[in-house]
Amino acid sequence: MSLSIASLLTALPGCLAQGTIWGIMALGLYISYRLLDFADLTVDGSFATGGAVAVMLIVRGYPAPAAVLCALLSGVAVGLITGLLHTRLGIAPILSGILTQIALYSVNLHILGNKANQAVSVDKYRLLLTLRNPASSILVAMIFAAVLIAIFYWFFGTELGSAIRATGSNPNMSKAQGIDIRRMKVLALGLSNGIVALSGALMAQYQGFADVQMGRGAIVIGLAAIIIGDVVRHAVFKETRYFSVRLAFVILGGIIYYVVMGVALWLRLPTNDLKLFTAIIVAVALAIPNIKKKGYRSSRKSKEKEADSHG
Amino acid sequence: MVDLKQVTKIFHRGTANERRALENIDLHLEDGEFVTVIGSNGAGKSTMLNAIAGVWPIDSGTITLDGVDISSMPEHKRASLLGRVFQDPMTGTAADMQIIENLALAARRGKKRRLAWQYSPIEKEDYKLLLATLGLGLEDRLNAKVGLLSGGQRQALTLLMATLQQPRLLLLDEHTAALDPKTAQKVLEITDQIVIENHLTALMVTHNMNDAIRHGNRLVMMNGGKIIFDCRGEEKKKLTVEDLMEKFAQSAGSELASDRALLG
Repeated sequence: MSLSIASLLTALPGCLAQGTIWGIMALGLYISYRLLDFADLTVDGSFATGGAVAVMLIVRGYPAPAAVLCALLSGVAVGLITGLLHTRLGIAPILSGILTQIALYSVNLHILGNKANQAVSVDKYRLLLTLRNPASSILVAMIFAAVLIAIFYWFFGTELGSAIRATGSNPNMSKAQGIDIRRMKVLALGLSNGIVALSGALMAQYQGFADVQMGRGAIVIGLAAIIIGDVVRHAVFKETRYFSVRLAFVILGGIIYYVVMGVALWLRLPTNDLKLFTAIIVAVALAIPNIKKKGYRSSRKSKEKEADSHG
Repeated sequence: MVDLKQVTKIFHRGTANERRALENIDLHLEDGEFVTVIGSNGAGKSTMLNAIAGVWPIDSGTITLDGVDISSMPEHKRASLLGRVFQDPMTGTAADMQIIENLALAARRGKKRRLAWQYSPIEKEDYKLLLATLGLGLEDRLNAKVGLLSGGQRQALTLLMATLQQPRLLLLDEHTAALDPKTAQKVLEITDQIVIENHLTALMVTHNMNDAIRHGNRLVMMNGGKIIFDCRGEEKKKLTVEDLMEKFAQSAGSELASDRALLG
């Protein structure tokens, strides 16, 4: 098979659907990473938890929407555990996330009936999305994304939601203004992982199975989506005040990420190296602002030195 | 209304760095007292304010406010009774949030935060009027991110936020120390205006003796974790910087003398 444009085009709808689902995952990560300033590694586990819960419920005959709702709630519960580990037991953020994530590996195996994966065939069950029908899957994923953005816009504009944002922005100020920052962190991590689990539930249906490994590297993909979204948004709008626009670009970031991955596969880049590329892209994107800042500082320092030598 | 009884705070207890930051502090504040607190670095001024605010638990003694023992109340619960402005202009406001959002957060200090919208249209008009009283032009920038404001503007905003919900006690922790002299004067003027208009009880830490004499109606001097001088009313009005220097020298001197006695 040659590098035909046609083969790329046939792969594109699948990339769009997967990208939107991962974009939803990135929306969940946005709460912990951007609003709370908490690098939450729980997501690798809670994504798989969402998929496992949804698939097991669907194969037991529950309707798919109910299964997705249960997946969301299971994600909330998982997030609360990470939050409590951090705020009540004083464990560092990264470690709290890792501990929950590791524990979830066992829990997810149990949910899957002590198997590494569990299929859910679209022939036997009514699923919300499936890779057999990318067009309707894209539509469904987009509707989920749009509803979530609307809910975010409302929630983070409320008294409670703005208290969560304040907790992430300035914990000392928040305490001085009477905000119980420990409660806010637990709540935010619950919401964040709830959305991550929801996207896991959508992904499991889309690919037709849940796998205990399906969340591996989720945090990196989520960060890639957030960062790509930021870069593109800056290119289009420079700076925007509108929260909903920022969120929409997170979804777009997920889509771009998957389209780029699709092109990489089409170019026959070695699939084994894709995660390496992703990690490098995210590392570079995270490093650029710091390198810029450092450059500024050192140049200012040298200027100060100059001034000193003159004085 | 505010009572500190035998309050002691020891940092790094049981280590070589052990430091008695507050030693058996007794302080009683009456309603409407505006107390300036001076002292050298490490005298315990900020530590005393942090003890009242509940930044960490005290080691012994009690702190009561309106007869309620708040010694073991967590910081965010005490916040309903206290207004606070910090030395670092970055500490008192959320940089990533808008001016109006910061004000709305402060207006709900001590209240339950629900799923209602963070501020109402009426509040918005109120905030415009309030910001106009600062004379800094902030009333036209309600939706600007606080991170874009200067240090002086942020301190003035923090002052407004600290007093939006009338606090029982206003804690000002060297809130002009990080500002240039002109901005510091402006912020002090705003402080006087807010304290007087709202009949607030306030504790203001400063390392500027002139400011300590010129502002407030009572002055407290600290050294080595103790209150070494306390005066009010007419006596305070007559104070000069020289008087304060002398008081300080006396106290520091007696300490030196006792050290010498120990060494001798």
